[in-house]
Amino acid sequence: MTTTASHSAMSVPARPNLVAEKVLIHRSLIRSIRDAESLLMAILLPVALMLVFTLVFGGAISAAGDYVDYVVPGIILTCAGFGASTTATFVANDMQRGIIKRLRTMPIRANAVLTGHVIASVARNLVATTVVIAVALIIGFKPQWSLVAWLGVLGLITLYILAITYLFAAIGLAAGSAEAASGYGFVLLFLPYLSSAFVPIETMPAWIQPIALHQPITPIIETIRSLLLGASEPVPAMTAVIWCIAILAGAMTWGAWLFRRKAPGRS
Amino acid sequence: MTSAIEVHDISKSFGENLVLDRLQLSVSQGEIFALLGPNGAGKTTTIEILTTLVLPDSGQALVKGYDVVQDSTQVKRRISVTGQSAAVDEVLTGYENLIMFGRLMGLRTPEAKDRARELLKQFDLDDAKNRRVATYSGGMRRRLDLALSIVRHPEILFLDEPTTGLDPRSRQDLWHLIRALAKGGTTIFLTTQYLEEADQLADRIAVLDHGRIVAIGSAGDLKKQVGDEYLEIRTRTGDICTTFPIDGSVASVQAALHSLDERFHHALVSIRRPTIDDVFLNLTSAPTNRQPTEHAQGEEQ
Repeated sequence: MTTTASHSAMSVPARPNLVAEKVLIHRSLIRSIRDAESLLMAILLPVALMLVFTLVFGGAISAAGDYVDYVVPGIILTCAGFGASTTATFVANDMQRGIIKRLRTMPIRANAVLTGHVIASVARNLVATTVVIAVALIIGFKPQWSLVAWLGVLGLITLYILAITYLFAAIGLAAGSAEAASGYGFVLLFLPYLSSAFVPIETMPAWIQPIALHQPITPIIETIRSLLLGASEPVPAMTAVIWCIAILAGAMTWGAWLFRRKAPGRS
Repeated sequence: MTSAIEVHDISKSFGENLVLDRLQLSVSQGEIFALLGPNGAGKTTTIEILTTLVLPDSGQALVKGYDVVQDSTQVKRRISVTGQSAAVDEVLTGYENLIMFGRLMGLRTPEAKDRARELLKQFDLDDAKNRRVATYSGGMRRRLDLALSIVRHPEILFLDEPTTGLDPRSRQDLWHLIRALAKGGTTIFLTTQYLEEADQLADRIAVLDHGRIVAIGSAGDLKKQVGDEYLEIRTRTGDICTTFPIDGSVASVQAALHSLDERFHHALVSIRRPTIDDVFLNLTSAPTNRQPTEHAQGEEQ
């Protein structure tokens, strides 16, 4: 009982480096594993979506039965969006519950809490991506097997997940409540449908084509597709990478600004 | 005596709304200090400024001698805060929450585990330590929240309405824990809207209204400013027949009751103490149209 009643209240020593990040990444990973619903959704949804597109719609879209080759990159990106969107809910929840406020009164880098959520989301999504690719291979996906190409795909997908997760984290900060956060995030999830993810842009109405061409998802999809299937046309890899970095930088700046605005940003 | 907290002329507005108006106060080392006030009086804003969450518009606040604006890191190293909502991770267990905050406060994992086990016992959460916090009752969450705040013994503990919304039993438990912390030498700065809470815990109470301190002193001092206890005699339909000022002693109550004749034998007796309403209505500058109270009638007896 009296153990707390220490007569010499001690002050906290200077924080060892990156402990906050380590502890909060660990926390978010534990949460990811325990939040069975989200984890299941992050893995089953992509698989279900792919089966629907290839087995149900695939025949109508491409009678030759090779639609699976076309659609895998789109499925990966669409599902990365879904998987990342839960980050907005998690961050908004921490905000609402006062956890972020509490961290801010401690002598640590409070925004490590965002790092934790983002890293956990990247990990979740990479697991989901692996499962999607495995299932795709089972149902007839025939990519080219080049180590360089696969490393490129892994790098670009990771960068995309990182960027979009950070964007959702910032949305979570802005939203104020978990419910609002999932609402705002929903808009972003439509972007893949307006890209070359599921059908070639040439088949879309003329007025949609410029939108589809000049949004970030299309160059990312095209790059991944070229890397997986072998390039038949110039690969827009540079555009894809620039889009991702721009989204990431924008989201980080916005996030940092929101973090400061909700309290005076001094740490 | 050194001051743990000193606030000089702090003002803060949110938009048009002046929340703190040249606030002045000083809290001594080791004291339990309560800031008492209605919703919107500026209690939470005061805590948020002192805990470096909000910048004051003007004025200066020192915590353990460090300026909350200039030396916020030094301030953060000496304080802990338990806010209005229990800021605990619902998905983690109580044990994991304590380890996490121990690690964040610079303990190594084995130390953090030892400290977590110690706190779970001390805060009567040992049986629930491996349950997720989502399954905890309101009282358990608040206890865990308080435990998280003292993982590393803070020099000053800020408690923002620590028992709002709790049942009486949980409130008593929490008061008990807070007193034990104060005995251990922690300075405690708490806000509350309950006079009883301030009365039970605090060495000194400051009454905050519209961003200004309108009264400061011990619980006894404040009650004297609003009036003494009185005995109230009411009919069964609730109408007040008469009241007597009493001093809380058996003798004064006996004397009051003896003076009643048999007409009052079926009447109801209650003892009234100054309530939070009385404190505010009497201490706030804006006069309300509360007419001479029953207390005044009592004095006519």
